[in-house]
Amino acid sequence: MRRALYLLPLVLFLVLGGFFARSLRPDYDPHVLPSAMIDREAPQFDLAGLKDEGLARDALKGGPVLINFFASWCVPCRVEHPLLMALANREHVPLYGIDYKDQPEDAAKLLAQFGDPYRRVGLDRDGRVGLDFGVYGVPETYVLDSDGHIRKRFVGPLTAEQVDKELLPLLKALRKS
Amino acid sequence: MITELGHFALILALCVAVVQAVVPLVGAARGNLAWMEVARTAALVQFALVAMAMAALMHAYVTNDFSVINVAENSHTDKPLLYQISGVWGNHEGSMVLWVFMLGVCSAALALFSGNLPPALRARVLAVQGMIATGFLLFILLTSNPFLRTWPPPPNGRGLNPVLQDPGLAFHPPFLYLGYVGFSVGFAFAVAALIEGRVDAAWARWVRPWTLASWCALTIGIAMGSWWAYYTLGWGGWWFWDPVENASFMPWLVGTALIHSSIVVEKRNTMKSWTILLAIITFSLSLVGTFLVRSGVLTSVHAFATDPERGAFILLLLAVAIGGSLTLYAFRAPALKGGGLFAPISREGALVLNNLILSCGCATVFLGTLYPLFLDAVGGPKLSVGFPFFNRTFVPLMVPMILAVGIGPLLSWKRGDLLGALQRVWAAYAAAVVAILVAFYVTHGGPILAVLGFGLAAWTGMAVLVEWADRIKLFRVGFADSLRRAMHLPRAAYGMSFAHFGLAVSVAGFSASAFDVEAIDTVHAGSVVQIAGYELRFAGVARVPGPNYTADQASVEIRRDGALVALVHPERRFFPLQQQTTAMTAIRTNFLSDLYVALGDGDEAGNWTLRVYWKPLVPWIWIGAMFMAFGGMVSLSDRRWRVGVGARARRMAPALQPAAGE
Amino acid sequence: MTGRAVPSWLAKSVFVAFLLLAPTVRLLAVEPNERLADPALEARAVAIGATLRCLVCQNESIEDSNAGLAHDIRVLLRQLLLTGDSDTQARQAIVARYGEFVLLKPPLLPATYILWFGPGALLVLGFIAVLFWLRSRRVSTSIDAPLDAQEQNRLDALLHEADR
Repeated sequence: MRRALYLLPLVLFLVLGGFFARSLRPDYDPHVLPSAMIDREAPQFDLAGLKDEGLARDALKGGPVLINFFASWCVPCRVEHPLLMALANREHVPLYGIDYKDQPEDAAKLLAQFGDPYRRVGLDRDGRVGLDFGVYGVPETYVLDSDGHIRKRFVGPLTAEQVDKELLPLLKALRKS
Repeated sequence: MITELGHFALILALCVAVVQAVVPLVGAARGNLAWMEVARTAALVQFALVAMAMAALMHAYVTNDFSVINVAENSHTDKPLLYQISGVWGNHEGSMVLWVFMLGVCSAALALFSGNLPPALRARVLAVQGMIATGFLLFILLTSNPFLRTWPPPPNGRGLNPVLQDPGLAFHPPFLYLGYVGFSVGFAFAVAALIEGRVDAAWARWVRPWTLASWCALTIGIAMGSWWAYYTLGWGGWWFWDPVENASFMPWLVGTALIHSSIVVEKRNTMKSWTILLAIITFSLSLVGTFLVRSGVLTSVHAFATDPERGAFILLLLAVAIGGSLTLYAFRAPALKGGGLFAPISREGALVLNNLILSCGCATVFLGTLYPLFLDAVGGPKLSVGFPFFNRTFVPLMVPMILAVGIGPLLSWKRGDLLGALQRVWAAYAAAVVAILVAFYVTHGGPILAVLGFGLAAWTGMAVLVEWADRIKLFRVGFADSLRRAMHLPRAAYGMSFAHFGLAVSVAGFSASAFDVEAIDTVHAGSVVQIAGYELRFAGVARVPGPNYTADQASVEIRRDGALVALVHPERRFFPLQQQTTAMTAIRTNFLSDLYVALGDGDEAGNWTLRVYWKPLVPWIWIGAMFMAFGGMVSLSDRRWRVGVGARARRMAPALQPAAGE
Repeated sequence: MTGRAVPSWLAKSVFVAFLLLAPTVRLLAVEPNERLADPALEARAVAIGATLRCLVCQNESIEDSNAGLAHDIRVLLRQLLLTGDSDTQARQAIVARYGEFVLLKPPLLPATYILWFGPGALLVLGFIAVLFWLRSRRVSTSIDAPLDAQEQNRLDALLHEADR
C-alpha cells in the first residue's frame, strides 16, 4: 500500500500528460467558441442593404443558407474571400453577407475590388445584429437551415478543409431534410 | 558571420551538454574521479558556448541584421537600443535562448561554487543539468532556431510589439527565467539524491542556497510582471489570474513550500521524501508552464502563438524529465527513512501545515487554470474560469497559513507550546484589533473581508516583530544586551523576519484594493477632476514625437489643498508600424497610495476621456514583495552555509571509522 | 511574458491577428457617455459587467477592457437594464448569445463539481494524510514493550563484558 502511494505522483502526471496530448490535436483551438445558439432560431433582423435590397431573416427561410459576417477592415476576411467566391460561383451555395461595423462605401470598394460572392449584403453599422448572433470577431460564418435555425458556426476565415469536410456535407444533409 | 558562429556555438553546446549528461553519471557510478570532474569543465564550457550564442543573437539585433529571420520578424531600425536588446527575448525563439542561457548560468555557478559538495553528488547534479540542457538545446535547434537566415533580407523588420517596448518588460523575463530555471538545480539535487539513495541534513543544507536564490529571482520576476501590468494596461489591475501569470505563480507557491520543508530536513532529518517530491514538482511546474505558454493550448494575452508541433516536442521533454524523475521517485523514495519525531503542535508541525496549505493552493490554481482544457478533452461544455473562482477558493485557503506565519516561528522544535506562543503575541492581537478599528473608521465601514485583511496583515506583521523581540529578549534584559544579541542573530533569522514581514505588507496592499476610488470624466483644457482630496487640473494635450511612435501627451496638474503636488504626463502612443496604440499611464505615488492617471480617447474639439484612480496602499504590494526577496537574499548571505559542511563531514569521517570497526 | 501572435496568413494564427488589428480599439473601458443617468442602474450594470468576460481580451471583464466588443456588450447590458430586466435576466440574455463561456465565474454544474469542491476536498484529504503519517511514524519508532527476562539477561551479560 505504501509503495503504491509513491506511484501516485507518476500516475497523476501520466493522466495530465494524456490531457495535454489530447489538447495538441490539430482541430483544437482554445480561441474558438462554439455558438450558444446552435439549433435555436436565428435572431430576428432587418437590415438596410449595401446594394438595392435589404436583408431580413424571414426572407432567408426556405432552404439552407450561409450568412457570412465580414468587414472591409478585416484582413483575414480577404484570406477567405477566394473560397467564398468559389462557394458562390462553383458550388452555387446561397451566401449572404452582413457587413459588420463598417462604412458602406468601404465595403462596396472591397467587393468591387475582390469580387462579390453574396446574393445580398446587409449593413450592420453598429454591430447590433452581430451581438444578437453572438459574433465576437470577424469573419464568422453561420449555417442556417430551411426554418432559419442556426446549425453551425465557423469562427475565423474558412479553410478549404473546413469547406470540404464540414460545410458542404452539412449543406447537402440540410437540403435533403 | 557572427550569426553563424552563434549557431555553431549552440550546436557545440549541445554536444558538450551530452557529454556533461553522460560521463559524470557513469563516473559517479564507477567511482572514477576524473570522469566525475568532467562535469565541472563541461558545465563551464557549455555556459561559455551558450553565452556566445546569446551574444551573437544580440549582435544580430543591435546591428539590425534583417537577413536573420528572427530579427526580421521582431525588430526594426527605429527601435530604441534598450528594446533592440530586450527584443531578443521578446519572442519565442529568442526567449528559449535566454532559457538555456540561464541554465548555463546555473550550471556554471554550480561548477564554481560547489566546492563543499562530495564529488559524486556534484557530478550527478551537473549531469542532470546536462540532460535538461540537452533536451532544450535540441528543442531550439530542431524547432525554434533563431539563427536561420533568409535571402534576400527584407529592408526592415516587423518591429517589436509596442506593448513590450517598456523598461519594466525588458527586465521581467530575465528575472523570471532565472527563477524558473534556477529551480532546476533543486530538481537536479533531488534526482541525484534519489540515485544515490541518500537524503540527509547535509543535502538539505547544500540545496537550500540554490532554491532560495531561485525563489528570490522568481519573486522579483513575478512582482515586476505584476507592476508592469499595473502601469501599462491602463485600468489599474495588477493580477488577472491569467494562465501565464498562474504558470509563474505555481512554481513560486511550491518553491516556498520547498524552502520551508527543506528546513525540516536540515534540522530534524525528517520529511525527506516529501521534500524530494517538492523539489521535483517545483521544476516540473516550470516545465509545464513552458509547455502551456508555447503550445497554444491555453488562451492568454501572454502566450507566444506557436504551433502544436513545438508543443508536442515540449510535451516529449516533459515526459522524459518529469516522467523519468517521478518514476525514479516511485522506486527509490520508499527507501528514504526519516528520523526525528515531533508532536503535531511544534515548529515542524507548523511547517507541515505551511506545506499542506501551499500545496493545496498550488493545486487550486492548477485546477482553475487547466479546467477548461480538461473539460474540453472529455467532451464537456466550453467554460472559462476567471478571477471569481480563484478569489473564492485560493484566498480563503491562504488565510490560515498567514495566521500560522506569525505563530510558527514562536513554536519550538519537537514539541511546541501553542498556548504559550498565543499568549506571547498579545501585542499582535492588539495590533490586529487596532488595525480593524482604524480601517473600519477610515473607510466608513467598507467590505468586511478587506477590513479583516488589514487585521490579518497587522497581526502577522506584529507577530514577526514580537518574535524578533523575543529572541533578543527585548525589555527583559538591558538594552545593550539586547543590542548585542540583535547583532549576533544569524542572518537566516533576519531573512525569515524580513520575508514574513514582507508578506504582511503585501497582504495589507491586497486588502486595500477593495477601497479604490475611480473617477472617469470627459475633460477639456482647464477641467478639474476631484478625487480623494486631490484636485486634478487637465491642462491640455500636446503631440510629441518619439523614436518609433507619436504620442498624445497630456499635462495634468495635481494639487492638494491648493498646493501643487505634481505635474504628470499620461500619454497615448501610436506606433505606425504595427498600427497599435499603447497607454503610458502617469502614476504619482507617495508609497502609501497611488494617484493613477490614464488618458483615453479624444476628439477634434479637444475633449478627452480622463480616467483617474486613487489606490490606497497599492505600492505596498510590491514593496512587500521586495521585502520578501530581500529577506531571501539576507538568508542567502548567511555564512553558515558556506562554511564547509563537507569539510566538517570529512573531519568527522575518520573519527567514525574506528568506532565501526570495534 | 507577453508576446504577440506571429502573423502568419494561415487559418488559426490569423484569427488571433485579427483581434489585434481591429482599428476601433479604444484605450479605456467604461466611457463617460456610456454611463447611465440613474446611479443605481449604473451600479447594477457595473456589477453585472464585472462578472462578464471580454471575449477578445482574455481574463478581463467587459468593465475593464478597451475592446470594441466589450463596449458593445456594455451598451447592450445597459439597454437591457433600462428596459426593466432584472440582473439575472440581463445576464441570461448575454449568456444566451455567447454561451456560459462569457461568465467569469464558472457556473456550478455537475461538470464543475470537481472544480469547485476540489480545493476543499484536497485540503481535507491532505490533512487526513498528514494525520495518518504522523500517527504511523509514532507507532513504528516507539519502543514501548519492555525487555523480557531472556533479553534482560543478555543485556546484563553484554554490559558486564564491556565493563571488564
